[in-house]
Amino acid sequence: MSTKITIDPLTRIEGHMKIDAYLEDGVVKDAQCSGTLFRGFEIFLRDRDPRDAQRITQRVCGVCPTVHGTASTLNLDSAFGIADKVPDNGRILRNLILGANYIQSHILHFYHLAALDFADVTAVADYSGKDAELNSLKDFIARGELSPFVPRYEGDYRFDKETNQELTKHYLTALEMRRLSHEMLTLFGGKMPHNASVVPGGVTEHPSIDKITRFLWRLNKLRYFIDNTYIPDVIAVAKTYSDYFNIGAGPGNFLSYGVFDLDGKSDDYTTRKRLIPQGAVEGLSALKKLNTDSITESIKHSWYEGEDALHPTKEDTKPNARKKEGYSWIRSPRYEGKVYEVGPLARWVVSYLSGQKQVKEALEGCMKALNIETKDLNSVLGRHAARALDAKLIADSMADWVLELKAGEPVCVAYEIPEESEGMGIVDGPRGALGHWIKIKNKKIERYQLVVPTTWNGSPKDEKEQSGPMEQALIGTEVKNPENPYELVRIARSFDPCLACSVHTLNIKGKKLGALRVV
Amino acid sequence: MSSKVVEFPAIWIAGAACSGCSVSLLNSISPSIQNVLVDPVLPGKHVSLIFHATLMAGQGEPVVKILRETISQKPNEYILMVEGSVPTAEDGLYCTIGKLDGEEVVMKDMTAELARDALAVLAVGTCSSYGGIPSGAPNPTGALSVADFFKNEGISTPLINIPGCPPHPDWIVGTIAHVLINGLPSPDDLDEKLRPKAFFKDLIHDNCPRRAFFDAGQFARNPSEPGCLYEIGCKGPYSYADCPSRQWNNGTNWCIGAGAQCIGCVEPDFQDKLAPMFTKLNEDALERFKIKTR
Repeated sequence: MSTKITIDPLTRIEGHMKIDAYLEDGVVKDAQCSGTLFRGFEIFLRDRDPRDAQRITQRVCGVCPTVHGTASTLNLDSAFGIADKVPDNGRILRNLILGANYIQSHILHFYHLAALDFADVTAVADYSGKDAELNSLKDFIARGELSPFVPRYEGDYRFDKETNQELTKHYLTALEMRRLSHEMLTLFGGKMPHNASVVPGGVTEHPSIDKITRFLWRLNKLRYFIDNTYIPDVIAVAKTYSDYFNIGAGPGNFLSYGVFDLDGKSDDYTTRKRLIPQGAVEGLSALKKLNTDSITESIKHSWYEGEDALHPTKEDTKPNARKKEGYSWIRSPRYEGKVYEVGPLARWVVSYLSGQKQVKEALEGCMKALNIETKDLNSVLGRHAARALDAKLIADSMADWVLELKAGEPVCVAYEIPEESEGMGIVDGPRGALGHWIKIKNKKIERYQLVVPTTWNGSPKDEKEQSGPMEQALIGTEVKNPENPYELVRIARSFDPCLACSVHTLNIKGKKLGALRVV
Repeated sequence: MSSKVVEFPAIWIAGAACSGCSVSLLNSISPSIQNVLVDPVLPGKHVSLIFHATLMAGQGEPVVKILRETISQKPNEYILMVEGSVPTAEDGLYCTIGKLDGEEVVMKDMTAELARDALAVLAVGTCSSYGGIPSGAPNPTGALSVADFFKNEGISTPLINIPGCPPHPDWIVGTIAHVLINGLPSPDDLDEKLRPKAFFKDLIHDNCPRRAFFDAGQFARNPSEPGCLYEIGCKGPYSYADCPSRQWNNGTNWCIGAGAQCIGCVEPDFQDKLAPMFTKLNEDALERFKIKTR
């Protein structure tokens, strides 16, 4: 029996997304992921002052603006010829600003975007304890106003009442914790979302002793939360929903651009020393050195014309919505022509095989505690676990970095905008590998290109008919109840999709697409 | 106690947006976001957020149905909040927000439908207030502010703009509180750009802690330098908001506080007419403020 399941909108993600799943006898045989908003950043970036790209590209995404700011700044640093000249204070401040938003983003994702698929908030209706927040939530439920927690997919909430109540309390505490991460960030970044202080050459804010201390104590609170609440909650979900170690396997190839510069003396971002290293892992085993020349974007099943599978710096944008084979406006980035997953899991696999000490220790401990093997990491729960460990590694590292700041020393280096130049900025963000490329002519942006994490993970089939990572993760899944396909949303959300990012270029759908002329 | 609470239904829909306004709302301190969602935000009054795609538990057709049900069951009772501008080119197909009865729900059309029967509309953020980032030249998607969209569609529902990229959470929550306490703002409460004067009355430049440097002619020439940032493009002399006194993110800092130029993100002229961001303002723009530059 054939069934088609459409989930539109897929909520609790950043932005507008739709999933179509085609089932045979209850098992997903094919899947298509589409974004449903197009804004056209690359188009309105043209002819602007190159420096404005740093501010404008942050506005690609209000959940992860910081990594766009970072990629864009690295991109401009390289185009301006100052990639190896940023002072240590500037490098460290950028790491702290980016790290603070990583923590914010990971906490937000687990509790506020993903957890409602596993924890039942309505269990608070029977709460009999004295916690003021839970009692106010109980009153709320008693008034019969259940929005925005109901309606939802029913049928697979497995925790007992007490655990559901505890997780709900953590959902509320996590709202404060993610807010605190933003406060920590703004001590050096000015404001959030969309920080103000990261600029080409470094950072505009100066690290005074009082700011360092205020940063450190907010960080301590967050580290306590990560160690004592976030990680235990992920473990609780992993133990109760352990079948999700066997659900949602992606392509098994993983790509990382690396993140958190530990040394700013090299202008080569592909080899520069980073906390999380750069690399590509094929089939969960062979680690390869990152080579950005190996990146191509297929348009075979995207609504574009032109030469297929080009490098991001060579792509053109010629939409043709009547293209028969097209089913998405997302392009399909591939590495060496193969499908690669990006994100926390990819970073941790690459780091593990690179022999990154902290990663090796933490990941081995985690696998032992959960009684799983390396292959089980390629799953819904593997992604959640890697994200939580990622938060811990970054938070712990930040506690060292913040004390490396030197009050009174320079934070920024001066530069001239060149008449003509080219640049590349690559860095991993919370959701994975992010690349920005720029071409400057007459001191203005001639060309700006972004290849972002959810474009990798949410891509359609490519020129070799290989499905994208999320599509692969959905295919093969058994859907117990097509009216409540909770398996599919759990799989999709494990990637932490960010649609505003993935559809920054061209990603629309509709019936009258033949009329589109976007140049 | 439960029986005394009056529910104020609210719908939050997103068009050409980045979710930054939603994330900024999550940063609200007093009331906290949990207070806003769960508690009566004022005694006896609870804002019931019945649709918010980033936060709500549900997905798919059941949640799209909520929008239509609200229109038919609660006309003139709900507040509509719009994040992001409204893409209008190509019949609005640049942004669809779900599927209902086999049909794509176009953001533009649903916004019009919801707006016509709303008690009031809050345009949250500069994109929905004035067009913002997606409407930057050459505006590839025909992205319009809610006000311009209303003009085209002949919609006359009361509209309040809460600009900012993103807006400060106090501006959003404070405007909602105003509606709950005093009802819809009178024309005197808003400026000519439909912003609440309570937050957008004063020129940033007039309250800037670096103003003394401006008056003394001491200017920064490069990022991170002390002095007034006017010569390196600060748009504080053009922008109206209470950022200098309110500060951001629980009072930790703000753009100029962190040594960065104001980019004028609360103004209708953001981003095209105030570009380039790091180049000195065209002094003609300052004429109407009678600001003496050095």
